[in-house]
Amino acid sequence: MEQKVKEIIQHYHGDKSYLVPILQDVQKEFNYLPKDALCAVSTQLSVPISRVYEVVTFYKAFSLKPKGRYQLSLCMGTACHVRGAELIAGNIESILGIKEGETTEDLEFSFETVGCLGACALGPVLVVNGEYHGHMNIAKSTKILKKLGKKGATDDDQD
Amino acid sequence: MTTKIKSFDELKSIQERLKAGRDPKKPCITICVGTGCLAYGTQKLVDNFRAELAKRNLTEKIGFRTTGCHGFCERGPMVVIAPDKIFYQRVGLEDAAEIIDKTLLKGEIIERLLYVDPATGQKVTREDDVPFYKKQTRLVFGLNSKVDPESLDDYLAIGGYTALGKALTGMKPEAIIQEVIKANLRGRGGGGFPAGWKWDSTRKAQGDPKYVICNADEGDPGAYMDRSLLEGNPHLVLEGMIIGAFAIGSSQGYIYARNEYPLAIKNITLAIEQARQAGLLGENILGTGFNFDVKINRGGGAFVCGESSALFASLEGRAGEPRAKYIHATDKGLYDKPTNLNNVETWANVPFIIDRGADWYASIGTAGSKGTKIFSLVGKINNTGLVEVPMGTKLREIVFDIGGGIPGGKKFKAIQTGGPSGGCIPEQYLDMGVDFDELTKIGSMMGSGGMIVMDEDNCMVDVARYFTNFLVSESCGKCVPCREGVRRMRDILADITEGKGQEGDVELLEKMAAAIIDGSLCALGNSAPNPVLSTIRYFRDEYEAHIKHKRCPAGVCKALILYSIDPEKCTGCTLCSKVCPTGAAAGERKKAHAIDKALCTKCGACRESCKFDAIIVR
Amino acid sequence: MVNLTIDNKKIEAEAGQTILEVSRENGIVIPTLCSNEALEPSGACRMCLVEVKHGKRTRIVTSCLYQVAEGLIVDTKSERVLAARRLVLQLLLARCPESKQLREMAEELGIQPEPRFTPDQDKSKCILCRMCVRTCEKVVGVCAIGFSYRGSEKNVCTPFQEDSVSCIGCGACAYVCPSGHIEMETTETGDSRKIWGRTFKMKSCKVCGRYFAPEDQLKFISTTTGVPVDDLAVCISCR
Ligand SMILES: Cc1cc2nc3c(=O)[nH]c(=O)nc-3n(C[C@H](O)[C@H](O)[C@H](O)COP(=O)(O)O)c2cc1C
Ligand code: SF4
Ligand code: SF4
Repeated sequence: MEQKVKEIIQHYHGDKSYLVPILQDVQKEFNYLPKDALCAVSTQLSVPISRVYEVVTFYKAFSLKPKGRYQLSLCMGTACHVRGAELIAGNIESILGIKEGETTEDLEFSFETVGCLGACALGPVLVVNGEYHGHMNIAKSTKILKKLGKKGATDDDQD
Repeated sequence: MTTKIKSFDELKSIQERLKAGRDPKKPCITICVGTGCLAYGTQKLVDNFRAELAKRNLTEKIGFRTTGCHGFCERGPMVVIAPDKIFYQRVGLEDAAEIIDKTLLKGEIIERLLYVDPATGQKVTREDDVPFYKKQTRLVFGLNSKVDPESLDDYLAIGGYTALGKALTGMKPEAIIQEVIKANLRGRGGGGFPAGWKWDSTRKAQGDPKYVICNADEGDPGAYMDRSLLEGNPHLVLEGMIIGAFAIGSSQGYIYARNEYPLAIKNITLAIEQARQAGLLGENILGTGFNFDVKINRGGGAFVCGESSALFASLEGRAGEPRAKYIHATDKGLYDKPTNLNNVETWANVPFIIDRGADWYASIGTAGSKGTKIFSLVGKINNTGLVEVPMGTKLREIVFDIGGGIPGGKKFKAIQTGGPSGGCIPEQYLDMGVDFDELTKIGSMMGSGGMIVMDEDNCMVDVARYFTNFLVSESCGKCVPCREGVRRMRDILADITEGKGQEGDVELLEKMAAAIIDGSLCALGNSAPNPVLSTIRYFRDEYEAHIKHKRCPAGVCKALILYSIDPEKCTGCTLCSKVCPTGAAAGERKKAHAIDKALCTKCGACRESCKFDAIIVR
Repeated sequence: MVNLTIDNKKIEAEAGQTILEVSRENGIVIPTLCSNEALEPSGACRMCLVEVKHGKRTRIVTSCLYQVAEGLIVDTKSERVLAARRLVLQLLLARCPESKQLREMAEELGIQPEPRFTPDQDKSKCILCRMCVRTCEKVVGVCAIGFSYRGSEKNVCTPFQEDSVSCIGCGACAYVCPSGHIEMETTETGDSRKIWGRTFKMKSCKVCGRYFAPEDQLKFISTTTGVPVDDLAVCISCR
């Protein structure tokens, strides 16, 4: 882990001002930000760990917990909101049994809502592992979850 | 381009050579691969075109270009065929072969792919005749469809970097600044501050080095024009920055980009690399001895980082907390050095001003706002997309002539401008010309140029709650009025939408708003009450309906509505009973269904599924 | 030197001073919650807002940050100022209903809690004045604590909310904290103290034998100054 962090930091020439992009790359590498990796970043950049922790918790892009195999991001930009994104969020939350920003216990699904993705013509937009699904509605979102193997996506008998 | 261009003359001859090598009559397929179109799966179409052209040995004879966003995102995937500019929209991913065989080889038009003007029912063949484009003035944004963002040659072939050559070889820095002041270029990122004056202050400030920054944070939910510029024509933004840096006397620039914009980051990174190799960036630019380089930094997902002092904190590798600005950034900005921050679109306007002159530029627009503005027109609108119009264009023209009006024959209710802390403008102001000052007068603002159209089905209290909630989650938390006050406003709004509003709430909201505007540390808090104030100003009756009569006139606020089925309209198709997750919607086949109010969770699934508009929400 | 008016009083002040400094020197009281003379002003609490008129322009500024200028007219109690201050205090009272410090200030300023704000149950006593974090970083030079999250979720904590590794147990944060949020417990004999979840062994003075400072703090001072730990093992009164 330390080696990997070192490579990433070298890519930015050890420049502290790149802390946010560095953390982004670290997160990409490990799917989340493990504590050890953050400590390595802190030591190697000579930035106090309290400041690293401050940055990690301040920016919404970072996660201190592992993310699920399927990462669902629902656009909550204004265009999607006025087209009913909130109802879709409610549907996904109730099917997965988690709240926005959480991951299912089996680490299968993470669900987050995001600011505008800039695909407003397709709104509401649901992104699953980077793939865009446009003109989303409640029924379609149920179908997608079912396809991804969420048991009981249509019936009500889930765990 | 691998060798450095050593002078303006050399640049001109390269441009000439590139231009001459391009036969304007040669057939060429142009296809938009902006983020919006890619979301439709357009990459597959691109691959198909490439494969089909290769199969027919046509790669030499027929040009093929992928470009950034053309703005008409509603109609993607989009293909334009030169020289006649035949416009195909909603192109199927498998349509490549047919387009090549019929249109390019035989000159036949494929009727099914043409755009139908909903106003006249007529098919439109040429891109320029599409009403959406026809009524725009696509000055800055129009270049997107002429260049492949990955190709410096494309940009040079349309005369790119001429303005830079002109500025570096023929103009003094002070003269450049005077030109920008004379053009009255105002910042496109929100405040509308005159760019020339800002440049002038930074130039005159004491301190070294001086920084030039491009604000590409674009955190405004519902706006994506900055992304489309950076993504579709990165060299234009870069050229503006280099000219600005020369005028200001800066040798280091930054682009602060939203991490959610990977394609924009990729394209601008490539453009920077290309410009360096061509001697347009880096040391001794165009052989003039001027040095300037640009670094890219990515944000971490925080709206407040668009605010200048928070942006500097983020660029320095810290949490994005603003600080009070009694000393201007032009004196003490990034690392406490003189810093000039401008928005992407502001920078993109600069080459036009230098190339064609301030007088020409100032001839576009209104008395106080010059040039054009790109808006992202979204929400309840037929033609979702990016539109560029001269300042002063009437809202009605934007919404109805360009935007094609509201879908489903619904009634226009309001248009929200200025981003999350902007305001909602009601119908009575539709004939107002849009510019910085007019929008401020009626309690909204230009912001970065988001325009969200709302119809009769949108509840204005809910809209106010939505924006306020966004700002609550984006407040940095440093100062009390914003951190605690906006949250309390949100709670009161939530109460109102849940039927728990109290007599006097509206007045309390107004009182809090005034104190938050006065008391907050940065512009996020200073403007956070705007959505509430503007909806109270123009839609007070909706607030009263929620508070006094516990009714949501638009049928949005869950606690105040009931779902039922109109027996007259219901055909007993059973669709609603299939989608209803709780079994509330039920009935016998071919007989009118009904909803059990006790079971109904108001999730909206039935309404969405019903093909007969039989679900009543009241 | 510059001439200005504060609350109709003509005042001469040194250029570079803030309105707050000048007011205090002249006996004009401006309430504050996040200012401390040992620290750089942060402008977070917004209690010290005042209305200034410079030329034609009137605006509300933060007096702990705004520097005096020739001809400035300051009103520390204008209606707008009082309204903003009232809201700030009402908001803090609702966040930290138990806070004695806030209630006393409210009483002094004649401000009642706003009944429409439901008092928070889930928030700590902390009013986010930032004094502890600033002290730890700028005065002590350790940076053991910081903020986490943002908006109303923001709070003061150690990294990962775990026992702080870098904390030296000096207690400076607890000393400056006006709200009593930071707890420091010392044993009866004084041989150890607990802060931020960690227990620190105290060093006794070589001369009088009294426990006077955590060993970790002396080690820290020794590494930063180069003075051997042994030479530091004498308490201030015996030095
Ligand atoms: C909360 C907040 C968010 C902002 N977000 C952006 C943004 O995303 N992009 C932008 O260009 N300006 C944004 N601004 C405005 C900038 O602070 C700044 O005024 C602007 O970038 C200056 O450039 P301009 O003069 O060219 O507009 C924001 C301001 C605030 C207060
Ligand atoms: S107004 Fe809001 S965003 Fe700005 S400093 Fe205060 S808390 Fe932070
Ligand atoms: S813990 Fe105490 S000193 Fe630190 S911010 Fe909170 S109230 Fe202020």
